[in-house]
Amino acid sequence: MFRMDSFTPVTSTLGGMLIGTAAAGLLLFHGRIAGVSGIAGGIFRREPNDVAWRVMFLVGLFTAGMAWSQFFPQDYAVDIVRSPLALIIAGLTVGIGTQLGSGCTSGHGVCGIGRFSKRSTVATITFMITAAITVVIVNEFLGGAV
Amino acid sequence: MKIKVGAFLGGTLFGVGLAIAGMTQPAKIIGFFDFFGSWDPSLAFVMLGAILVYTPVYRWAIRTWQRPIWAPAFSLPTRKDIDGRLILGSAIFGVGWGLGGYCPGPAFTSVGAGSEQALLFGAAMLVGVGAYQVFTRARENRTGAPADQQAVAMTDG
Repeated sequence: MFRMDSFTPVTSTLGGMLIGTAAAGLLLFHGRIAGVSGIAGGIFRREPNDVAWRVMFLVGLFTAGMAWSQFFPQDYAVDIVRSPLALIIAGLTVGIGTQLGSGCTSGHGVCGIGRFSKRSTVATITFMITAAITVVIVNEFLGGAV
Repeated sequence: MKIKVGAFLGGTLFGVGLAIAGMTQPAKIIGFFDFFGSWDPSLAFVMLGAILVYTPVYRWAIRTWQRPIWAPAFSLPTRKDIDGRLILGSAIFGVGWGLGGYCPGPAFTSVGAGSEQALLFGAAMLVGVGAYQVFTRARENRTGAPADQQAVAMTDG
């Protein structure tokens, strides 16, 4: 039977608009694309005068989680079963994949599609498809726990 | 100084947005792709909400602004071609996203929230990001030419 138990249309749209506002702010003030994987990757390239703002953006993300979780810890709940090995493999593939594909959900999915970029649209469709295949395999054939 | 403060505030707002949107709960990411279980379309609404705000600001800024407020020029992606790296990299990223339920933004902010799963995922992710960047940089230095034209030309995001 078709179910949609945990759908949150209102808060998800509002949260999305905040994300869009943050990305727009980074563009207007810094002239940069708010792509988290691109921001993180640039730290390792160590170009002159290009590291501090990247680190500070990530520190901002970290601080938001630290502060917000004091009031709304349930927003960070992990209600899926993943072994340490699965998490490590997932982290490595996300790290390498986003650098090779030069973007993630924020850089390609929000900013790229928002700029009507063909590259980012193709990238987003691609990672959506492989994510869907992975989830279907895990949930339907591996019992939902890996 | 103000550049650092601005980037910090941008990251903070981004992180709060992710939490309100529900994107820091891996179950909601997995739920978006779980068409045969209890489907959760929330992720699409997050992206839609973000693009709804971002696109008009972006189009207005690139048409009418000479430069950003705190930078000498806009640093925007210039590439238009669809190449193998883009497809292969995105495909690999999608597998990890579907497996762990985190993409880079939610991972960083959930580490701040003290999530052990996010910490393990995030540490592995940073190893992947760092290894890729250090490896490409070393190859550039050896050959004397950019091995990864993409990263030099400006990443998409």
